[in-house]
Amino acid sequence: MTSAGVHPGELELVAALRQRDESAFLALVRRFHSSMVRVAGVFVKSEAIAEEVVQEAWLAVLEGINAFEGRASLRSWMFSIVANRARTRAQREARSEPFSSFEDPEGEPTVDPARFHPPDHPRWPGHWSSPPERWAEEQLLLQETVYLAKRAIEELPPAQRQVIVLRDVEGCSAEEACEALGVSDGNQRVLLHRARAKVRAMLEPHLRRTP
Amino acid sequence: MSSRVPDQPTCREIVELVTDYLEGRLSLDARTRLEQHLVYCDWCRVYLEQIRQTIRVAGSVSEASLSPQAREDLVRLFRDWKGKK
Repeated sequence: MTSAGVHPGELELVAALRQRDESAFLALVRRFHSSMVRVAGVFVKSEAIAEEVVQEAWLAVLEGINAFEGRASLRSWMFSIVANRARTRAQREARSEPFSSFEDPEGEPTVDPARFHPPDHPRWPGHWSSPPERWAEEQLLLQETVYLAKRAIEELPPAQRQVIVLRDVEGCSAEEACEALGVSDGNQRVLLHRARAKVRAMLEPHLRRTP
Repeated sequence: MSSRVPDQPTCREIVELVTDYLEGRLSLDARTRLEQHLVYCDWCRVYLEQIRQTIRVAGSVSEASLSPQAREDLVRLFRDWKGKK
């Protein structure tokens, strides 16, 4: 996947959609609908509202398809339509949490400081005192583990959740995530860092290799 | 004798750099020091691997295939749009 621009096959779909070809539309629906619901869901938090927002977004996609220039990928263009609509909807329902609220102070450690030797330790200052234990690979893709990760993501502060859903669940590039969420690259990376560290920490007690 | 080499990052510092590292956003100098650290620190290697594993697990979080109802609604939406023009 290239980081920007239209992916192979997308141009054909876009051209067909401009001709009002229903099968092209359904191909896009199959490819993007579930992802769009997930993206909307990080703003509005109710599956039913997310579905409504995505219906609106599909109409906006159809109405705007002639204006799509192919500078961004089709996906990031569609995701930014969904994100904007979901944000507006969330604000209207006063359930919005402004993107700027990080909810945990920046610069705080993402790993519990108690797991490291103190800075004045004579031999190993700042090194692991309670190091991570290797995870059992075969546990990773169990339903249970995936479910735990889903729960962990849902519990993140909104801005972190939005970034990790786009980046790691949907597999968007950094550029795509910034475009959809309207945040700077640096900001996006800080949020992603905190989100991944927290999800890792929540998986950790469950994935410790049993002796 | 202290095993701490001056200017070498500590584990506590390394864990805060993993995202910038995986995103390819560390300076050459910082990346070199991080990679040197990983050569001798099994634990930070485990930590980095766990972040990669976390990303993989997050990538498996997907559900909600399109319901027949949602598909029907979208087909209707499309046909209304098509008829309007």
